[in-house]
Amino acid sequence: MWSRRRGHLRPTVCGVEELRRRRREQEAALRKARREQQLVSKRLLREDAPEEAGEGCVAAILGEAEVQQFLRQAQRGTEEKEREGALVSLRRGLQHPETQQTFIQLEGSMRTLVGLLTSNQALLQLEAARCLHELSHSEQSTIAEACLPATSYLLTYLSGHSSDFIELCLYTLGNLIVESEAVRRQLLPQGIVPALAACIQSPHVAVLEALGYALSQLLQAKEAPEKIIPSILASTLPQHMLQMLQPGPKLNPGVAVEFAWCLHYIICSQVSNPLLIGHGALSTLGLLLLDLAGAVQRTEDAGLELLACPVLRCLSNLLTEAAVETVGGQMQLRDERVVAALFILLQFFFQKQPSLLPEGLWLLNNLTANSPSFCTSLLSLDLIEPLLQLLPVSNVVSVMVLTVLCNVAEKGPAYCQRLWPGPLLPTLLHTLAFSDTEVVGQSLELLHLLFLYQPEAVQVFLQQSGLQALERHQEEAQLQDRVYALRQTALQG
Amino acid sequence: MQLPPALCARLAAGPGVAEPLPVERDPAAGAAPFRFVARPVRFPREHEFFEDGDVQRHLYLQDVLMQVADAPEKPRVPAFACQVAGCCQVFDALDDYEHHYHTLHGNVCSFCKRAFPSGHLLDAHILEWHDSLFQILSERQDMYQCLVEGCTEKFKTSRDRKDHLVRIHLYPVDFRFDKPKKNRSPASAEVPGDSGERSEGEAMEICSEPVAASPAPAGERRTYSHRSVSKLFLKHVLNVCSVLRILGCTLGRCASHTEFRKVTLGKKIGFRFCRRRKSRCFRSCE
Repeated sequence: MWSRRRGHLRPTVCGVEELRRRRREQEAALRKARREQQLVSKRLLREDAPEEAGEGCVAAILGEAEVQQFLRQAQRGTEEKEREGALVSLRRGLQHPETQQTFIQLEGSMRTLVGLLTSNQALLQLEAARCLHELSHSEQSTIAEACLPATSYLLTYLSGHSSDFIELCLYTLGNLIVESEAVRRQLLPQGIVPALAACIQSPHVAVLEALGYALSQLLQAKEAPEKIIPSILASTLPQHMLQMLQPGPKLNPGVAVEFAWCLHYIICSQVSNPLLIGHGALSTLGLLLLDLAGAVQRTEDAGLELLACPVLRCLSNLLTEAAVETVGGQMQLRDERVVAALFILLQFFFQKQPSLLPEGLWLLNNLTANSPSFCTSLLSLDLIEPLLQLLPVSNVVSVMVLTVLCNVAEKGPAYCQRLWPGPLLPTLLHTLAFSDTEVVGQSLELLHLLFLYQPEAVQVFLQQSGLQALERHQEEAQLQDRVYALRQTALQG
Repeated sequence: MQLPPALCARLAAGPGVAEPLPVERDPAAGAAPFRFVARPVRFPREHEFFEDGDVQRHLYLQDVLMQVADAPEKPRVPAFACQVAGCCQVFDALDDYEHHYHTLHGNVCSFCKRAFPSGHLLDAHILEWHDSLFQILSERQDMYQCLVEGCTEKFKTSRDRKDHLVRIHLYPVDFRFDKPKKNRSPASAEVPGDSGERSEGEAMEICSEPVAASPAPAGERRTYSHRSVSKLFLKHVLNVCSVLRILGCTLGRCASHTEFRKVTLGKKIGFRFCRRRKSRCFRSCE
């Protein structure tokens, strides 16, 4: 999957620095968009012939007369090759926003294009669909809305048989969906959910990946929790999605990525997660996590974080559901290997993608919070020390590491005994020196538990200048009370 | 970050649950001013916690992350022609042929040679255009099924169905796969291109090659004088069975006579020999 992406030809003449610069800009733009809750991205399938690659051969912007001429040729030309050629020229022109504007402003243009889309000439149909796909990539919602007359046909073709064509229709739909609420308002009554539910049974990997993409765009809509997710949960889509995520020889990473993100959007909307748990989501995702860890060990890790991220999120959010406890009377996810897999992934993130460490630690928190069994696993598998090694990464990570340690310590003396002696106390003395209030606050909580359940630690604490470390924070409003209490405990002990 | 060497072995070993150490909480643990409580945390959709992962996801969608692979060349083969009788298209790439085949020959009505984009639409077409029993039954009950998959509404006429498609499903008024059946005399049988609703493009269900006068005139008036009874019987058996399928029974298309009898007896549909018309017509017996 990772190298299969078709035809996204960008000029490969730029150097590595240029690529890096572009990526940084792109990333900054995406962050800004996300903060404004306007994160929209689209897929573009563009299969240019090899001779078109390179800056010099970029297609020209088409004027009104040219667009009209190409449309007329496509519609009424006598030779099939001529008609196809006209559409190809139009499609190239439509790579430009200016041509797209010209096109939609031209009266009857969409009607003609739709006519060609539904014609009986297969190659004309394909080219017309490609023109529509170019239009769908526009960042202007007016252009997406101009494509509305075509949507019923795009949906109809999803139950056809030509996999390339279906793939193209799906990517086009996905692009249109994310651009405009008007499009979604039309697609839902037109039956997009049953159409996708039928199409998901396709055996073609490319179709499934495209379907996952279109579905993920639908699920990201602002109105999704109220208007879209309920009907999706009522369909057979969830079962099929989970099937695509089952590890094994049939698992395709590209397909799995899309459906994992779909699941994440559904789950974090908190519409009806017990239903998903009933379908076995927890065990499927747990097994997938094990599989991902296995892939890391085999160093087949290209792009793995793209799949790991949504899986971690789904698991973490699902674990907060009460249904987790009631199904069968016990937690569905109890296998100790999950903890082992998670740490293998944490190490992978530490090396390759530190920004995902908080997400991994979030899962660890949710696993250990109410589970003596998982806390015991952390101890028996010697994972405390690796956990402590993550502290220097960032304040957010430090707080989460300390929270997990608190989860372990709060279970009582049997647990704290296993935390002592060891690197824990020196580490806490170190984190007490941090300036971040939250980190220090969490350190104080952990110290309190340690003193309570493992009183021998107090002496060592005092010997290693613990009091001075505490006193540094006695003026801090959020920390004062706890600093004072700990000081008292230490002096009395 | 150093992991203990035994961890990989643990992953490779079978599933297991750690026997938990005994839990023994002291109430002083949660006493003020300390406030830690172990609890699972939940993040909603738009939480800023998700920012980094979301940005990575979108970088991937925009293809900045992955190495751009060259588009694989479409494998070319020596030119070959479509094997379907009467079709003279020539191809030099298998993908093109696959698309052509599915578009033009995939879901084709064997009665009138119209092509449809899906089996679902083809089934509806055959029922509504070529099934005489359907016509008869539709006079008594709602038989026109909504074309949107998943919608179970049925209608008395094709016009009503179109209204439903437009009003409820927001379909275009001139949706090309819902042409109403025209009542034509056999003399002016369906001629390709003569749909009456011609617009700029060509309708999907009109085939490109000229078609001989349709062997199965679709008008209400049928004259059976040229047909052998057995062929007719078989066609009607198939029609009955497919209509019964629509009516909710689970019979598939059956061609055996005994099956047919079971069905007819079960659903009280029999046939009477109409002396007047010297033909068999099917009426549901009340």
